[in-house]
Amino acid sequence: MSTTLAEFLWLPMDTQIVLVGALCAVSCALLGVFLVLRRMSMMGDAISHAVLPGLAGAFLITVWLQGCARSIHALPPWLSSLVDIDPRSGPIMMLGAALVGVLTALFTEWIHRATNVDEGASMGVVFTILFALGLILLRRAADGVDLDPDCVLNGEIARAPLDVVRIAGIETPRAALSLSAVLALNAAFVTLFYKELKISSFDPQLATTLGINAGAMHYALMVLVAITTVMSFESVGSILVIAMLIVPPATAHLLTDRLGTMIVVSAALAVACAVGGHLAAIVVPGMLGYPGVSTSTAGMMGVVSGALFFVVMLLAPRHGVLSRALRRAGLHVNIVREDIIALLYRIDERGLPSSHRPAAPSAIRRAIRAPRWSGWLALASLRSNRWVERRGTHYHLTALGRDRAAQIVRSHRLWETYLDRHIAVPSDHLHGPAEQLEHVTTPALLDELAESVENPPRDPHGSVIPPAASRTAAPTAPDPDASPRPTPRRDVPPDNRR
Amino acid sequence: MSAPHSVRHHSRAAAPFWLPLALLGLACAPPAWSDGGSPSGPALRSITDNSLRLPTLRQIARVITLSDYNTRVVIIGVSLLGATSGMIGSFLLLRKRALIGDALSHATLPGIGLAFLVATALGGSGKSLPLLLLGGTVTGVLGVVTILAIVHLTRVKEDAALGIVLSVFFAAGVSILGVIQNLSSGHAAGLSSFIYGKTASMMFSDALLIAVAAGLVALTCVLLLKEFTLLCFDTSFAAAQGWPVVALDMVLMATIVIVTVIGLQAVGLILMVALLVIPAAAARFWTHHLPSMLLAAAGIGAVSGCAGAAVSALTPRMPAGAIIVIVAGLFFTASMLFGPAGGMMARWSAHRRLSRRVGRQHLLRAFFELAEPHHAAAPRAIALEALLAVRSWSAGELRRLIRRAARDGVVQPAATRDAWLLTPEGAAAAWRVTRNHRLWELYLITHADVAPSHVDRDADAVEHVLDPAMIAELEALLARDAPLLVQPPSPHGLSPAPAAHGAA
Repeated sequence: MSTTLAEFLWLPMDTQIVLVGALCAVSCALLGVFLVLRRMSMMGDAISHAVLPGLAGAFLITVWLQGCARSIHALPPWLSSLVDIDPRSGPIMMLGAALVGVLTALFTEWIHRATNVDEGASMGVVFTILFALGLILLRRAADGVDLDPDCVLNGEIARAPLDVVRIAGIETPRAALSLSAVLALNAAFVTLFYKELKISSFDPQLATTLGINAGAMHYALMVLVAITTVMSFESVGSILVIAMLIVPPATAHLLTDRLGTMIVVSAALAVACAVGGHLAAIVVPGMLGYPGVSTSTAGMMGVVSGALFFVVMLLAPRHGVLSRALRRAGLHVNIVREDIIALLYRIDERGLPSSHRPAAPSAIRRAIRAPRWSGWLALASLRSNRWVERRGTHYHLTALGRDRAAQIVRSHRLWETYLDRHIAVPSDHLHGPAEQLEHVTTPALLDELAESVENPPRDPHGSVIPPAASRTAAPTAPDPDASPRPTPRRDVPPDNRR
Repeated sequence: MSAPHSVRHHSRAAAPFWLPLALLGLACAPPAWSDGGSPSGPALRSITDNSLRLPTLRQIARVITLSDYNTRVVIIGVSLLGATSGMIGSFLLLRKRALIGDALSHATLPGIGLAFLVATALGGSGKSLPLLLLGGTVTGVLGVVTILAIVHLTRVKEDAALGIVLSVFFAAGVSILGVIQNLSSGHAAGLSSFIYGKTASMMFSDALLIAVAAGLVALTCVLLLKEFTLLCFDTSFAAAQGWPVVALDMVLMATIVIVTVIGLQAVGLILMVALLVIPAAAARFWTHHLPSMLLAAAGIGAVSGCAGAAVSALTPRMPAGAIIVIVAGLFFTASMLFGPAGGMMARWSAHRRLSRRVGRQHLLRAFFELAEPHHAAAPRAIALEALLAVRSWSAGELRRLIRRAARDGVVQPAATRDAWLLTPEGAAAAWRVTRNHRLWELYLITHADVAPSHVDRDADAVEHVLDPAMIAELEALLARDAPLLVQPPSPHGLSPAPAAHGAA
């Protein structure tokens, strides 16, 4: 068997496996979106374990009823046809599963509400007990019948092509038919009750006041989760169901903030997992040094979904780890930039001779307590903006930079005045808050601030407050060493302000 | 079942020590089913034997006295495991991380598979237990770290993070096992017992491992009890006090990983999750005191393990793990119903006591206010119709209240039919509750600026919970603004003295 992608031969069998996987994955992802949004992801895990007694119970009751019916001699014809139904057939299993799915949700909710047990714990209690009951029921009565936990919970997707029916001349796996029905059911539910699901997921109280029965939506969702789980078990196994219920929706949640988009993206991700998982199952073991070996498609679908989640978690445009870190770093560097020019402005203000200015790069970094990397980045960007220039070993503000710095110092000192006058902050505590507020004050807010403290000439510490920016351009740049006080000429373009 | 003889001999000495526990466990166990064959173990029975028969007395006696080597090992091992995981599960429960055990257990699978692959690649047998446990521990820890990282770094919530780690790690494990199975069928046979467990065939070495882990965990819990308590109840306070919160959390999680990994290979995945969650949740219903809760959880875990193992020894075709979960579930149900600390009966009876007291106080105030306009020196008989008109209560409800009040001696029947009057104690109580009501009404009017037409309902709810200290404070407060009469007048004009309105 070939194991590299180039030599890989795509057979009809592979199409069938991927089809079954994709149908199952999309059915799960559609419902999973709402589980993830309702913070009930673990309900998928709980229900997929807890359906076991439902399956066993449904099987046992059916067998028992059929036994009873057979012992009656004069059966009506409609009943005698029912007697021959396979007790493992879809509808019966679905009925049992749906019942237990609702029971799991009900019990969890009830224990949580009635006794204040944490929701996770009550879920853990309920599903483990139900699973144990299921194991006992199975062991007790399903002897000699092909119904054991391994078979129920660990279906193997690779077996799907073994059981096919011909539809319009095309061989279709039987599992694909049942999963199509489940997918249609789930899609219909999500489409028909889109509005209700949306409102009751985000705001159950609002849903209730709007006359939507949030509880009914909750239990309907649970029923569908249980049915989907059961129908997927026999074809793909339980672990894939749990992965597909949770991972694609959580991935989509990192990519978008809109529910409609999230549903579509999760479905697309689910399909990608199915295709990628099957390919990976054949190719990856060979790449890892086990040539000629393929592994479980269901397992690899789960792994691929995890890999996709990991990539998205790092790279998502808005909610990704990397983009958030970059945004934070950008903000940090910007603050360091503003701190540097404000520092240089204050040095100019003191009018120290050039030789005594603490304006060497290391001194600046020490003065504003910035880490080496951000200090370096900030200085580099200030120089490329021509706000700061280097003369010898020292930095100086350019005219452009001085204008900008004046506004930051103005903001700082106006805030100190404001805090002193209106909030009665002690004078030795004014600097800290002002140091933070100066970076987030917009020009409009600055104007209002100045008005509310009646444009004072000096701040509480006696320092001069630089005048407001006028929008006219400054013709010349002054020599920084010559005048300690900045001149009121402003030419900061609007795009330089944050 | 096939332990070396020397080990068997060694462990026999410990048996009598566990006797009382075994007896207790069996007493708590549900009625047992058995197919009544030879008592020596599950493997000897036919799979298709479907007969139900109660175990013979001889069999029960053999289990209780722990005379079978196999039964003894299983019962001791499972009891120890139950006690340990009950104790450590309590911390998980209080940290609201009950399901982390679930995710963790699933996350060990890829490690087990990888350890097997590595061992085979290095030329070993691949079935060495310490290596497999090490592999499981590594990926288990990785799973926990991943959960915490996802929760801290992204907007994905804790439940989804648990689900992601659980399913993806387990899927990775399934894939690795898939490779192993295709590599060399036969070698990998024992690996799947990590998933479903094999409680009934626990070996002495397993029990010994559990005992060592139990000792370690108990020691950790005792030594770090104060720190863990802080961590569970107020993490930020612990951090502010200078405790190394992250390190403590890691120690706690590491203990859980150790218990889980050891338990997993002994009893299987679902039982392990159950043992971490159920005993702790059950113990929570018995006490608000953490050390007692730890002991209770350990006790419940041990007894469930012991009883479950004993029952399954008597009914060989029953999966021991499932029976243990069911026994623990029975404990949980009983605790939930009858536990004094937040159990349903306790809640229900507290609620009933409160609603009876409220009802009686409403009745007394109705009596007082109906008699008030008449300035009667002697207690005045009040007719049922008059009482009915005062509040929105049904006749049946009112009669029940009166009957109960009469039994308590605060109300007695009057000479006329369907009329009652207050006894002296009743009159005093009625005076007190009416006073509470009106003090609160006046307070709302004078200090909260509530309109007089709106204060009645509010006071109706509050009058029952005003304690003497509160009353004294209210009196002091009101005395400053309005000199009060002995009984403050009603602001609704129920009072006979119109001059008193000025006071409000």
